[in-house]
Amino acid sequence: MRALIRDTYDTVHEFVRTFGAFQLFFLRLLRHSPRIVMRRPGLVVTQIYNSGALSLVIIMVCGFFVGGVLGLQGYSNLARFNAEDSVGAVVALALLKELGPVITALLFAGRAGTALSSEIGLMKATDQLSAMEMMAVNPVRRILVPRFLGGVVAMPFLVAIFTCIGLFGAHIVSVDLLGVDVGAFWQQMQASVDINDVREGVIKSFVFGVVVSLLAVWEGYNAIPTAEGVGRATTRTVVISAIAVLILDFMITAVML
Amino acid sequence: MQQTRSVEIGTGLFVLLGMSALFFLTTQTTGGEKFSAVETYEVEAHFENIGSLKSRAPVAMSGVTIGRVTSVSFDPLTLDAKVMLVIDSQYDQIPDDSDASILTSGLLGSQYIGLQAGGSETYLEDGSEIYFTQSAIVLENLIGKFLVNAGSGGD
Repeated sequence: MRALIRDTYDTVHEFVRTFGAFQLFFLRLLRHSPRIVMRRPGLVVTQIYNSGALSLVIIMVCGFFVGGVLGLQGYSNLARFNAEDSVGAVVALALLKELGPVITALLFAGRAGTALSSEIGLMKATDQLSAMEMMAVNPVRRILVPRFLGGVVAMPFLVAIFTCIGLFGAHIVSVDLLGVDVGAFWQQMQASVDINDVREGVIKSFVFGVVVSLLAVWEGYNAIPTAEGVGRATTRTVVISAIAVLILDFMITAVML
Repeated sequence: MQQTRSVEIGTGLFVLLGMSALFFLTTQTTGGEKFSAVETYEVEAHFENIGSLKSRAPVAMSGVTIGRVTSVSFDPLTLDAKVMLVIDSQYDQIPDDSDASILTSGLLGSQYIGLQAGGSETYLEDGSEIYFTQSAIVLENLIGKFLVNAGSGGD
């Protein structure tokens, strides 16, 4: 019984400690950020390219099919109520407020997050980070901050592109293939989408960008410096990012309603 | 050198694409406020029942949006709803005996204010009031009336 209580205490204690260390790590990245942006913008640009531009293909393909399936489902279910003209409104609201930010964040964690944590983890495993410290180069500033900022900048753009392509996919499926009137599609959409809906999506995408990039960098930096440890860190990045994104999505939606 | 150049070009294209996507989303998917006149004048109207009219709803004349609702409040003196609306100064020759009614776009669409021109020689100006108003048609009241009529008609 005593052992059980002590184990529970240790687990909770360890969890709280890790959580606190995570917050301090976030503050540390933020503190170094302005200097990097001012003095070495090139580093950030390279990371925007790695996290953002190289994720474009997966984002665009997935966005197209997510939009297409929304158009298909929306059409066939709304047709029961003779309301298939509203398919534009349904697809636009679903993509802007929920699916755009959430699916992009999950894909981003899978495509860019894993790349970040395995890269940083491997740098640690091969003692590159220690070597930098020897040369009086701060690895947090030189390696972690640009990667974090690159992800934060890239995410909102990726979400916007995902949503646009999704609308395009829905348009092709419902207007061109299923024969919804093109005027009704856009008019119903514009009548029901408010600028606040767009704002909600942008806020979500920004928050998810911060969370996923931060988790990826954190997991890589704290990876056990072995082959197995790097692999485990990569897995944890995806798992924890997915959980965090879905929980935060619920919380942001609840706050913004 | 060649490689950094292509990275820079790729990043630039990516950011431009993202920004144009954001621009598309904010301008094309939202229809809400087409009305954005700089010079406006404000008029007041009292309604017995405004239904579900909200601020920022359009004010239309002959179907053309010429203004919008800025505030909806309850007036404790006259015991009815007080609606403030702004109208584009470009339309400064609206007769002051025009009447305002709350209409619904489509069967279940959002509500807006429709102005019907009167015949007066004097025009609406900043601070004036529209005296002739017609309340919103509330679906529940309508159904209630219909049921009462149907019940009494059956005897």
